[in-house]
Amino acid sequence: MTRTQASPVRSWTASTSVLSLRNVDVHRGEAHVLRDVSFEMPPNAVTALLGRNGAGKTTTLLAVVGLLAATGRMSMAGTDLKPLKVDERVRQGIGYVPEDREVFADLTVAENLRLAMRGPESQARLQQVHKLFPILHERAQQRAGTLSGGQQQMIAIARALLNDNKILLIDEPSKGLAPAVVTEVVQAIEQVKATTTILLVEQNLAVAARLADHALVLDQGRLVYSGPMEDFARDTEATSRWLGVDIRPKAVGGRGNE
Amino acid sequence: MAMNDVISLLISGLGLAGIYFLLASGLSLIYGLMRVLNLAHGAIFAVGGFVGWAALEYLPVEPDWLRFTAALVLATLAGAMLGILIEKGLLARLYGRPYAQMLLTLGLAFAMTAFLGGWLGHDPLTLKQPAWFDEVTVIAGSRVVNSRLVIVGIALILFLATVVFLRRSKHGLIIRAGVNNRSMVMALGINVSKSFTLLFVIGSGLAGLGGVLAGVFFGSVTPELGTQQLIFAFIVIIVGGLGSLEGTALAALVVAVLQQFVNYYGPPGAGDLVTVLLLAVMLLVRPRGLLGKVAA
Ligand SMILES: Nc1ncnc2c1ncn2[C@@H]1O[C@H](COP(=O)(O)OP(=O)(O)OP(=O)(O)O)[C@@H](O)[C@H]1O
Ligand SMILES: [Mg+2]
Repeated sequence: MTRTQASPVRSWTASTSVLSLRNVDVHRGEAHVLRDVSFEMPPNAVTALLGRNGAGKTTTLLAVVGLLAATGRMSMAGTDLKPLKVDERVRQGIGYVPEDREVFADLTVAENLRLAMRGPESQARLQQVHKLFPILHERAQQRAGTLSGGQQQMIAIARALLNDNKILLIDEPSKGLAPAVVTEVVQAIEQVKATTTILLVEQNLAVAARLADHALVLDQGRLVYSGPMEDFARDTEATSRWLGVDIRPKAVGGRGNE
Repeated sequence: MAMNDVISLLISGLGLAGIYFLLASGLSLIYGLMRVLNLAHGAIFAVGGFVGWAALEYLPVEPDWLRFTAALVLATLAGAMLGILIEKGLLARLYGRPYAQMLLTLGLAFAMTAFLGGWLGHDPLTLKQPAWFDEVTVIAGSRVVNSRLVIVGIALILFLATVVFLRRSKHGLIIRAGVNNRSMVMALGINVSKSFTLLFVIGSGLAGLGGVLAGVFFGSVTPELGTQQLIFAFIVIIVGGLGSLEGTALAALVVAVLQQFVNYYGPPGAGDLVTVLLLAVMLLVRPRGLLGKVAA
């Protein structure tokens, strides 16, 4: 079965969805990067945002956070995001894990985490984060810039877990990491996914297939697929067409092949 | 060279370094965090000098060291208040328009200098310093004017206080992180502009206080005090590395001590020339400065 047309997920309406984008357009300089993008995200599920390099995945996350200007409508759990500034949007309950981790290199690990803590519940969450990533506890007083890429990725994910967020936006958590570290990061996301809504950008189709329930696929700034992750991953014609991936996804760790 | 000269020159250099640090640190952090170049910062420094002069001249406070303390406090407050006015009243309306901000603060610098000159004249006004300041303390066999020691002591305390503020307070954490990557700080749900306003106020207060110390160091104040010293502050900032407090302190030491020694042993004006040469070398060899966080 091939889906070349975007088929909006109809079972979730704007009112029940955690994140809703309607007719969103984004320009970056001269480039018209997102074109009329609309989607809804159901709660307590992982939605993978897929597409080739330059398709507009990172741009979509930046527009949601407010770091890029966008036209169209955007709301989170019923709250209109458009009039809010970046910090106000985030305080509404967004945990953002940027593409290149963007930890504060000169600050210690502990300071990086402290900066992300917003409310009284953060202290308790810090304990959970330390359980999830014990290395962040061991290296608390070390400068974050001296950590490995994988450890910095753990800081980036940890920052998003320190607050009671409505949604996590995670941009390519496996980028540039060794396979063993990828497995560790994937397991961490698996642990939190039952209780959180996650929009996950992931180049590694196997990782996406393992973590995601739903898939959104972008091609040159347009949404070309919206539906179950499983269906998309199984559709070799679609994956090769939209992602340039020919091989069928292999499961990462623990789970057998599809 | 005689050991006596070396020690007294060194202490003079340290005092001058303290003044440069007070002027440059705010400027550097403000730029590092918000990419705002406040060209009126030197004028705030000059206003601080004049407030200090007026306080020492007219305040009916005895003994004289208490009057001097009051002069420092008043100049700091004047600087801080000017800072709030400039940030809240003008710059905040021009966010994301760096050239407009620069032109505006440049205009403000000219206007404030002209205003001071029109009101109080352009002749140097001599500061009535506490009597003890002019006396001499012998350190390791060398005679050092007390006012130099006062300047060094005050600058050192303020440097340490600033370091503690940046290291220990939540706002300090936000400022350090923001110099590194402001968008990401915002994306953690933090309102950076609050911390920026605080930084602007602190930086302007330090500049105001620095103006009094400069008046003590040079013996008098003129409306042009700010513009003259601002040039050296820029050199210090670039040599030290934009956005780095420790870099600014280190560069202030290097520039001021070098300037003092070359001025004393070299031909007239050589000290200033050497600092400009140092700037040129730095820009060519290491443009991000000694401990810089952001490219110049
Ligand atoms: N700073 C920028 N200025 C102008 N155009 C940009 C900028 N950054 C990205 N773009 C353009 O926007 C488009 C989408 O980029 P985006 O980073 O969103 O892609 P992506 O899907 O995240 O790709 P990747 O998989 O490589 O991370 C690309 O065509 C890119 O060239
Ligand atoms: Mg990307």
